[in-house]
Amino acid sequence: MKKEKKWELRLYIAGQTPKSVIALENITKYCKKHLTDNYNIEIIDLLENPQLAEGDQIFAIPTLVRRVPEPLRKIIGDLSNEEKVLVGLNIRPLDK
Amino acid sequence: MTENSKDQFPKTPSGINGLDEIMMGGFPSGRPVLICGGAGCGKTLFGVQFLVNGILKHDEPGVFMSFEETANDLSMNVKSLGFDLDELQESGKLKVDHVRIERSEIEETGEFDLEAIFIRLNHAIDSVGAKRVVLDTVEALFGGIENYGILRAELRRLFSWLKEKGVTTVITGERGKQSFTRQGLEEYVSDCVILLDFRVIDQIATRRLRIVKYRGSMHGTNEYPFLINEDGISVIPVTSLNLTYGSSREIVSTGLTQLDDSLDHGGFYRGSSTLITGSAGTSKTIMAAHFAMASIARQEPVLFFSFEESPEQLVRNMESIGIDFKPHLDSGLLHIKASRPSLQGLEMHLIRFYNALEEIKPRTVIVDPISSLITIGSSSEVRAMLIRLLDTLKNKQINAVFTALTQSNFKDKGDLTVEAISSLSDAWIDLNNNRKNRRQHRTMRIVKARGMGHDPEAQEFMITDNGFRFTIPTEQMTDTTN
Repeated sequence: MKKEKKWELRLYIAGQTPKSVIALENITKYCKKHLTDNYNIEIIDLLENPQLAEGDQIFAIPTLVRRVPEPLRKIIGDLSNEEKVLVGLNIRPLDK
Repeated sequence: MTENSKDQFPKTPSGINGLDEIMMGGFPSGRPVLICGGAGCGKTLFGVQFLVNGILKHDEPGVFMSFEETANDLSMNVKSLGFDLDELQESGKLKVDHVRIERSEIEETGEFDLEAIFIRLNHAIDSVGAKRVVLDTVEALFGGIENYGILRAELRRLFSWLKEKGVTTVITGERGKQSFTRQGLEEYVSDCVILLDFRVIDQIATRRLRIVKYRGSMHGTNEYPFLINEDGISVIPVTSLNLTYGSSREIVSTGLTQLDDSLDHGGFYRGSSTLITGSAGTSKTIMAAHFAMASIARQEPVLFFSFEESPEQLVRNMESIGIDFKPHLDSGLLHIKASRPSLQGLEMHLIRFYNALEEIKPRTVIVDPISSLITIGSSSEVRAMLIRLLDTLKNKQINAVFTALTQSNFKDKGDLTVEAISSLSDAWIDLNNNRKNRRQHRTMRIVKARGMGHDPEAQEFMITDNGFRFTIPTEQMTDTTN
């Protein structure tokens, strides 16, 4: 098995809203489970840095962006559906 | 900005020529306006013009949020119309934000909202201090987001947020089959809805605009033709809105001493309109040329619209009877604009007319002949156009001279257009050509002259090397008034 690059994820939120908190909990849980330590989640609060929304073309909150590996993928919502998130990020579940 | 006692709320000039007149001052300030129409009918341009003129004419910065075109494409597309978005962006008066939604790279799961759009918009508005916002076309979101329930709720929230923010917003929407917009945006934006339409009538493409709704304000209810030309969008409010122009008491010469003498005040009032009718070959154009020369003698610019002769032909023909246009063309006192009536739609003629008025600022305008415009429009359209034109000329205190070709049996059976113009114009001169005893008798008769007495008798004249020359009528020619 070839060595995979470290996953780089970005979670865009707008303040500590329930949806954003749930989304962060969810993605942290999935990553720990399926990517072990091979990931990095950066949280960007648009209330603090509104100018960053344009660059990644963010229109919904919360939005999870997979920057590495390419291509760029986006998942919007609180990430409550694990299967959909894994498909969306193209993560192969480890326990299968 | 117009103040109307019935319209209590403030209005924002739309930046679209002619539209403010129909909307009694413009868009509702601080409120959203929905512009809907099919593909290619000018919605985006409408928005751009609203912003650009807001910046250039009213010092109101703007934000353009595009959901379809990229900022680059947008600025390229409107450059040909003289709008330099890049420069405006650099000067910090405009912010263009392209919201790109790529369906293929987006997955939806669970609850979300569109707060990021609010944040982007808010950031853009604050960064330039925007007073005007355009959302073009917000319906593109429906192609990128699966959850319509959330989307609709968020759009509703967005529009009310914009209202709270106090920015005047233009929202464009694609025309739907059953409703004004495909996604029923009119449900959310209910203050002001404008419909754009593009259709081909008699092989001439016409664009029309209608104000479907304008809550709390009076507005024109007709369909108004509009044009997209090198100056952007111009709307022609074809129906006259008021009769409030001032009336001058100043008298100007007609250029013909005999005609001046036949009028109690020695000429016509400044800013009045004169109709010259006659059948073919009765010297209508020559008489109009005398009016033009009189204006030139007063050092007042003349704009001559010629629908049958080219400028060169007109100059040559007038030269043959001793009226020399050439030096005045060179000095800029005389402008001749010639075009075939059928070459453009009626609206285009009117717009050209307005543009020329703006550019040349004439004190006398001649349309020769106005009757040839009938060939391109129905009588009611021509009439409406003339009313509009006359009002504009009156407002600007410009002397107007129209010639109209009449049938030789005109006295029995009224000519519709001539009837229409004659009731609108202040003065009416009828020229006649009679053959009697193998001689041609040309006569001129003042049919009416508003606001002054006049000689009702027909007067005989000849066309000489120096134009008109009046002669004393002899006894046997007294019946020339027919």
